[in-house]
Amino acid sequence: MDKIISVPIKKEEAQSLRAGEKLLLSGIIYTARDAAHKRMIEEYEEGIALPLDIENAAIYYAGPAPAKPGHVIGSCGPTTSGRMDSYAPVLMQWGQTMMIGKGLRNTAVIEAMKTYGAVYVTAIGGAGALLSKCVAEMSCIAYEDLGAEAIYKLVVKDFPVIVTIDSLGNNLYDIGQKEYRKGSI
Amino acid sequence: MMKRIHFDTIVEAVKNMCIEANYYLPEDIYDALKEGEKREVSAVGKDILKDICLNADIAKQENMPICQDTGTAVVFVKLGQEVYIEGGLLEEAINEGVRLGYKEGYLRKSIVENPLYRKNTGDNTPAIVHYEIVAGDHLELLVAPKGGGSENMSKVYMLTPSQGIDGVKKAVFEAVTLAGPNACLPVVIGIGIGGNFEKCTLLAKKALTRAIGSYHADERMAKLEQELLEEVNNMGIGPQGLGGSVTALAVHIENYPCHIASMPLAINMGCHVNRHAWMRL
Repeated sequence: MDKIISVPIKKEEAQSLRAGEKLLLSGIIYTARDAAHKRMIEEYEEGIALPLDIENAAIYYAGPAPAKPGHVIGSCGPTTSGRMDSYAPVLMQWGQTMMIGKGLRNTAVIEAMKTYGAVYVTAIGGAGALLSKCVAEMSCIAYEDLGAEAIYKLVVKDFPVIVTIDSLGNNLYDIGQKEYRKGSI
Repeated sequence: MMKRIHFDTIVEAVKNMCIEANYYLPEDIYDALKEGEKREVSAVGKDILKDICLNADIAKQENMPICQDTGTAVVFVKLGQEVYIEGGLLEEAINEGVRLGYKEGYLRKSIVENPLYRKNTGDNTPAIVHYEIVAGDHLELLVAPKGGGSENMSKVYMLTPSQGIDGVKKAVFEAVTLAGPNACLPVVIGIGIGGNFEKCTLLAKKALTRAIGSYHADERMAKLEQELLEEVNNMGIGPQGLGGSVTALAVHIENYPCHIASMPLAINMGCHVNRHAWMRL
């Protein structure tokens, strides 16, 4: 049974999620890829306020395809999260509680998740058409010049994800692969 | 007598293929995913494969990109040497087709002009074009949009002859392990063996365009493809790397003669949206 979760999500609730649980997210998430992360952090260090409310925020590593006329959004699956590893820990320190993406995270990210009580969930990479159906509203809130890499605020409804690394460091990639490995390879 | 093909005809063909390849998953890939869904032993993996097929259905019905990463436009050209292109340069026609296809098809523009300074070109050009001059009076175009996630997980190994088949297998397993959750599994694995440093990568890319279910013409290589597929699927990595038995849909090898000292190997990961469209003018 999928768990219904509202986003933004408080630290305590993020901490209660466990690797392997399937979730349906509803509420507000923000898209940001490498370029947006880099700019947010550089600007913050120069004294410019963050373009989004980072407290309890869920950030989706994604760069949507353009919306066709009459559509809210184009195809919008996750991008590879590892490219955000160098930026993620500081955002968790500032209050981010959920990362949405696909693929591996490094030790520094997992340690920061434990320290700050954040959770890493994944959506299906390459299922952008399906995921676009779960987006009810979309608006660009910052860095419009970056095109697909700008920050978009998405209002999502029943957006399907899997808890992949929880705030205790349980990692579904390790658990799942170990379970189905045959032989010595 | 030369056959004349006009610039505008090529523009139109490339434009349509960019859109078609990104909206409609080739049947061989779709069937392999469906078959994978039946065969997958992990419940999570089975659900993922089901959603991947559903995603392709939605994209087809709604004429929208299967994946938001509509890729680098890779174009394989086979130009018959009895063809005369009139009205402009072939490469400009290809790029104009890409420009129009990505605009009119609402495809994502994912190309930056300088890799270090990263300003988006705004129209997904330039395409990456590979030319082959062949006999005859036809122009064949194959458009294969390639996503960044799986491309980033591709590898080149400059193996030496003594490493043999075992060396090739070891390298493939290593590349698949590293690609794991990042490359949008299940993948098609394109392998190029031989040639030299640059040739093997092109062979690997070409291998991704072969239809699933086709066999290498050389029985020994066909057998190696089968063995690799089976062994990769025993690694437990599974759909999206979350564990399971369907890690790869196919392993395709292309080989070419090489230097007595060398055994170059390239492994190009093709995500489950292994797209291409083909046309003969």
